[in-house]
Amino acid sequence: MMPTNGGAALRTERVTRQYQMGAALIRAVDEVSLEVGAAEFLALLGSSGSGKSTLLNLMAGLDRPTSGAILAHDRNLAEMNALELARYRNRTVGMVFQAFNLLPRMTLEENVELPLRLAEVERGERGGRVREALERVHLEKRLSHRPSELSGGEQQRAALARALVNRPTILLADEPTGNLDSTTGLEIMNLLQEINRSLGMTIVLVTHERPLAERFAHRIAELADGKLVSSGSKGVSGGQA
Amino acid sequence: MKSGDLTELAVRNLREAALRNSLTTLGIAVGVASLVAMLSLGVGLQQLANRRLARSGLFDTVFVTSRANFPGFGRRSSRSSLSSSSNTSSSASQPSNSSSDFENSTKDREPRRLDDAARRELEHLPHVVEVFPQIRFVTEVRYNGNPLTAMVAAIPDSARGSGSFDNIQGSFFSSPTADEAILQMEFAKDLSDQPSSLLGKDLVLRYAERRVIGMATGAQDAEGQGAGGAGKVSHSSSGGGPGKTLAAADPAPENQGISIVPRDKTLRIVGIVDTEPAAGFGGLGSGRVLIPLKLGEALRAAQGNDLRDILRGSGTRPGYANLTVRAESPSQVQALESAIKKMGFAAFSLLDASEGLRTVFKIFDLLLGIFGSLALAVAMLGIVNTLVMAILERRREIGILKALGAADRDVKQLFFLEAGVMGLLGGTLGVGLGWLIGRAVTAGTNLYLRRQELPPTDVFAVTWWLLLGAIIFSIAVSLGAGLYPASRAAKLNPVEALRYE
Ligand SMILES: Nc1ncnc2c1ncn2[C@@H]1O[C@H](COP(=O)(O)OP(=O)(O)OP(=O)(O)O)[C@@H](O)[C@H]1O
Ligand SMILES: [Mg+2]
Repeated sequence: MMPTNGGAALRTERVTRQYQMGAALIRAVDEVSLEVGAAEFLALLGSSGSGKSTLLNLMAGLDRPTSGAILAHDRNLAEMNALELARYRNRTVGMVFQAFNLLPRMTLEENVELPLRLAEVERGERGGRVREALERVHLEKRLSHRPSELSGGEQQRAALARALVNRPTILLADEPTGNLDSTTGLEIMNLLQEINRSLGMTIVLVTHERPLAERFAHRIAELADGKLVSSGSKGVSGGQA
Repeated sequence: MKSGDLTELAVRNLREAALRNSLTTLGIAVGVASLVAMLSLGVGLQQLANRRLARSGLFDTVFVTSRANFPGFGRRSSRSSLSSSSNTSSSASQPSNSSSDFENSTKDREPRRLDDAARRELEHLPHVVEVFPQIRFVTEVRYNGNPLTAMVAAIPDSARGSGSFDNIQGSFFSSPTADEAILQMEFAKDLSDQPSSLLGKDLVLRYAERRVIGMATGAQDAEGQGAGGAGKVSHSSSGGGPGKTLAAADPAPENQGISIVPRDKTLRIVGIVDTEPAAGFGGLGSGRVLIPLKLGEALRAAQGNDLRDILRGSGTRPGYANLTVRAESPSQVQALESAIKKMGFAAFSLLDASEGLRTVFKIFDLLLGIFGSLALAVAMLGIVNTLVMAILERRREIGILKALGAADRDVKQLFFLEAGVMGLLGGTLGVGLGWLIGRAVTAGTNLYLRRQELPPTDVFAVTWWLLLGAIIFSIAVSLGAGLYPASRAAKLNPVEALRYE
């Protein structure tokens, strides 16, 4: 499957996000224009504070840019109202975080079911969808466990299942291996790759670990001080790890 | 999100923070409980007063007299001394000038007589429970051969529920026509050192039977007042029914009159009451020997009215001195009173007094409600506090929900619903608590009343609408308290909420 082939899943056009900190103006994301193709696995690389998370949150519709446009499947997020944006977050994108962000008081099953509730999926249909998502991350036997009863890797896998359960077209992952040891991190990366391949899902992976990016992503975009310093170059690439 | 899912999440969130939420819920419960307790106390006291008033017969009755008797109304209430002399003396005095003057002045518009036809007409007015004349006379009562003088009063069967007979020793009359008597305690003590031993014993009433002379048979049933003119005295010691011996009819109305016949009536003592029974105006409070109304009517004992009507010279036609009309409830008295006035009678009720009393209770209720609401307002602050704290604590959760696609509306509804569920739980708990407080206060009051040797009463009235209303009120107040926290939660920036750790 060729990257950037089937038209852009995500496109940013001179996106800027700035924060006013007292007198100082911080450009967390500075005129970034980037295109992510359908079914592409893009790694967003950069040092801490370079604006990776900020850009990802803009793509996720969690935040609105100060200027510029973000288009997901050619729909401009800036033109969506709050309700449409919520719907976009619920159905078009799935998110995975460094901190897993599972709700600690809910079982795995309930955590994974949450996006289905928000999408108002029929009750009868949910059970099957939850199990299907958990099977994909090999956690189908841990349905009734709480996050605290799982290892970090298992928690991140559960978070991945939750991100996938509504069958989004875009997966946004913000340093998903950041809290995991390298072996467990590799497990997660392999899962992401498998999801990208078997489901044809567009993936934007934020990481500061260049080796991981080079090993798994189709393409690397690099940020520094909010600016896009390199993109398009597949780097060492080797998506066929 | 669907409401079922929202509710599920809200309940589960509440359950998870069980301790803090249960404290808040308890706060609401205490507020609702005090509201319920105060209001049911207010309603209870009002019902108690209303019940007492209703049972007193003062507020659900209309006192009806003929317009002809109108000026005499004020005197009637203090006439017992007059009646005591009337049944022993049958001699007619000269008509007094004042009453004949009155008769003359109203001759042009003939006042309607309060006769049997009028009584039937009154009985058929809407919402009328019963119509009865006041029958009371002073006479000689013999027990064990000892003669005593006592006021005898006939009471309607409905007096059974008036409250005066709640603590009766023995029983109420077995029927409205039974040859039975209920004694007032003071009088019973006059008869015997051990009043309760009187129950089941017989006493003899020596009374003067009034007979109408020269009247058509239609007049036989007339009670209360007889014809004018001089009475002819005849003696009969037999205790038989009325009208056994009729004087020869005299066709000339001028010669019509009543004769007074002494009679004996044996009555069985069935009950003894402590309190003075009252039934309508001029009550029966002074009655020391109580007899059933129908029996009283059948006795045709001469009453004070007879003499006055004789004096007035208006007694040529049969009728009643007065009738007491009892309505189904005090609320119908006003309409009844004006209907009776339209019929051409004088009518009186004490409605205004009861209305004033009701106003006092309305204000009392209001005050109690205000205090209860204050308690609930404190509980409301508890809800606001709990939910605002929850937002701080659940920042991350809200951020996650939003990242997963929860709309502001979903978050708002979730918090709103949590407030509502706390309101429902607190309200239900509070209603239960309020009910328990009510029971406890009632029990305490009754314990005190019993020590004072007073009959127990229910000072609390916990009605279903009060309970339901309290729960609904609690939910409404909780939702109101949830408004601010809910909209604050909804406005939370998800990026910041997720960064927060
Ligand atoms: N809400 C905010 N207010 C002010 N400055 C902010 C805010 N959010 C982010 N920034 C700033 O924007 C810049 C980019 O932050 P961002 O979190 O995107 O970096 P990052 O590349 O994800 O870093 P890391 O690898 O540490 O996660 C930082 O300098 C940060 O201080
Ligand atoms: Mg980051």
